[in-house]
Amino acid sequence: MKDLLRQKRLRHALILLFTLIIFAVPFLVTNNYYLSVLVIIGIHTIVVVGLCLLMGYAGQISLGHAAFYGLGAYTSGILTSTYNVSPWLAMLAGAVGTGIIAYLIGIPIFRLKEHYLALATLGLGLIIHVVLMEEVELTGGPSGLSKGIPYLSIGSLVFNNDFKYYFLVWILALLAVILANNVVHSRIGRALRSIHGSEFAAQSLGVDTGRHKLQVFALSAIYASVAGSLYAHYITFISPSPFGLMTSVQFVVMAVVGGLASIWGPILGVSVITVMAEGLKEFMPLLIPQAGGEYEIVVYGIILVVIMIFMPDGLTATLVKAYESWRYRKERPNETS
Amino acid sequence: MSLSSELLQYLLSGLTMGGIYALVALGFVIIHNVTGIINFAQGEFVMLGAMFMVTLVNAGVPAAGALVIAVILVMIVVGLIEIGAIRTARKASPITLIIITIGLSTAIKGIALLVWGTNPYKLEPFTKGGPIHIGGATIVPQSLWVIGTTVLVLALTFFIFEYTYWGKALRACVVNKFAARLMGINPQRMSLLAFVFSAALAALAGIVIAPITYVTYDMGLMLGLKGFVAAVLGGLSSTPGAVIGGLALGIIESMGAGLLSSGYKDGIAFIILLLVLFLKPGGIFGTSGTKRV
Repeated sequence: MKDLLRQKRLRHALILLFTLIIFAVPFLVTNNYYLSVLVIIGIHTIVVVGLCLLMGYAGQISLGHAAFYGLGAYTSGILTSTYNVSPWLAMLAGAVGTGIIAYLIGIPIFRLKEHYLALATLGLGLIIHVVLMEEVELTGGPSGLSKGIPYLSIGSLVFNNDFKYYFLVWILALLAVILANNVVHSRIGRALRSIHGSEFAAQSLGVDTGRHKLQVFALSAIYASVAGSLYAHYITFISPSPFGLMTSVQFVVMAVVGGLASIWGPILGVSVITVMAEGLKEFMPLLIPQAGGEYEIVVYGIILVVIMIFMPDGLTATLVKAYESWRYRKERPNETS
Repeated sequence: MSLSSELLQYLLSGLTMGGIYALVALGFVIIHNVTGIINFAQGEFVMLGAMFMVTLVNAGVPAAGALVIAVILVMIVVGLIEIGAIRTARKASPITLIIITIGLSTAIKGIALLVWGTNPYKLEPFTKGGPIHIGGATIVPQSLWVIGTTVLVLALTFFIFEYTYWGKALRACVVNKFAARLMGINPQRMSLLAFVFSAALAALAGIVIAPITYVTYDMGLMLGLKGFVAAVLGGLSSTPGAVIGGLALGIIESMGAGLLSSGYKDGIAFIILLLVLFLKPGGIFGTSGTKRV
């Protein structure tokens, strides 16, 4: 009991500390490039939090989340630039629309299991990507939406630079984490974990596994859609290429590298992967002056393999284990093990 | 061109690509059955085979010799990868292992970019000669090479699986890994064998398709993906299923591109895939029904 209380206190302390760090960072980092990387990390975190709910708690993999990300971005982009709809309304429309689409498509898809499910989501992602490429009149095709997408604004506050956008994105990212945390610790969360443990056992105890999986799938699609809208209003130009298969794969990689069993996994996973990719872009030319982009890809791939070989449960699990063994040794200094 | 000759044309080009998909799909099935891993680097093995072949031929090695050397090189590379990465992490969960293969695929592609650059390479067809006309449709001789190689390799694969000790051991792992282990079959050695064998299939696929499509460092992604689709269509654990899945995918794709819209070619293939999965959730040849808890 004491342990449980301490764990809960630790969890709250961590969340508080993290929030403080988040709000302190933009005052310390004044370089616009670093700020823009942090904004992108925030946007990706929102997607990966949703994906982690689906993968870590419902035990279902999705290789098509970039499509939902793209649906959000394009709904926002098209509604605001072509039809002059208010950006916030467009974002809401994207989220609701994507949620409904995910729910409806999810009904047949979630009759599938394991690899078939992965393949079906992959196929879904590719189909949506093809539609974005081919429906030139609506989406602008491969070259993207030509009309400018407006900035987001609240009253007279226009989010038109990295500094302001940073706060907007990270407040939403924190809300996403807190909401996900509440879902995990609710009745639905317990039902979800029981699906991950054994779907048959859960069913036999009266858990409506199918409906819960669909709800989480729709929720994670809504997360991705909101992140997509944020992306569209940040970059103010969209083309189909950031919403392809490789982005879907990258979201899954971020989720797994961070670790699926903790709410900190997504933030850590997204940060590590993004900083790694950006860092390699910065530092490889310094190490090997004649190197082009090729070395980055090789090193990125190898680091990914090494992380997964030595920390198969993700970074958060490894950190938690390290912390626990440190505490264990501190409390029992005389025992050696 | 009449509709029937047009259909024949699509059928022939579909069979050509389908043969390639079948070879790649077979590799997916073998590795999945023996190790439980979906090997996302399979497409890169195809690319490596084609690249080694082009390099050797350009260096003056005769085509037949180059083919053998290229296949052996890919087998060695993949063997080393299996020992270095897959075996070290064998206790990890399947999803972790899958991410490892994604990382490997990225690294292999990066190395290929480093060595061969972004330029597409061209490989001369194995035999010279103009296109052949069959009932109003035309086919390039290299397509016959592709179809012939596919048939030959499949026959060889079935022979190995039926009549050799190692083939039987692999098959035993496919049927029941645990029982195979009790019979003294070393699962680690089988994993290595499965990877090396699949690598040979993939490399061959890359080599025979090279004269039809250009060889580029990023050709592996789509081929690997289509191979995966074919394998799943066939049920993911059945070798004849993988072959039929590959051919079916090739034909569906070429018909879809020809009759409906070439821009939606990949879309059509995947819509049909989804429909098949919805109607038959275990793949066409999958074993459906009860599962022990």
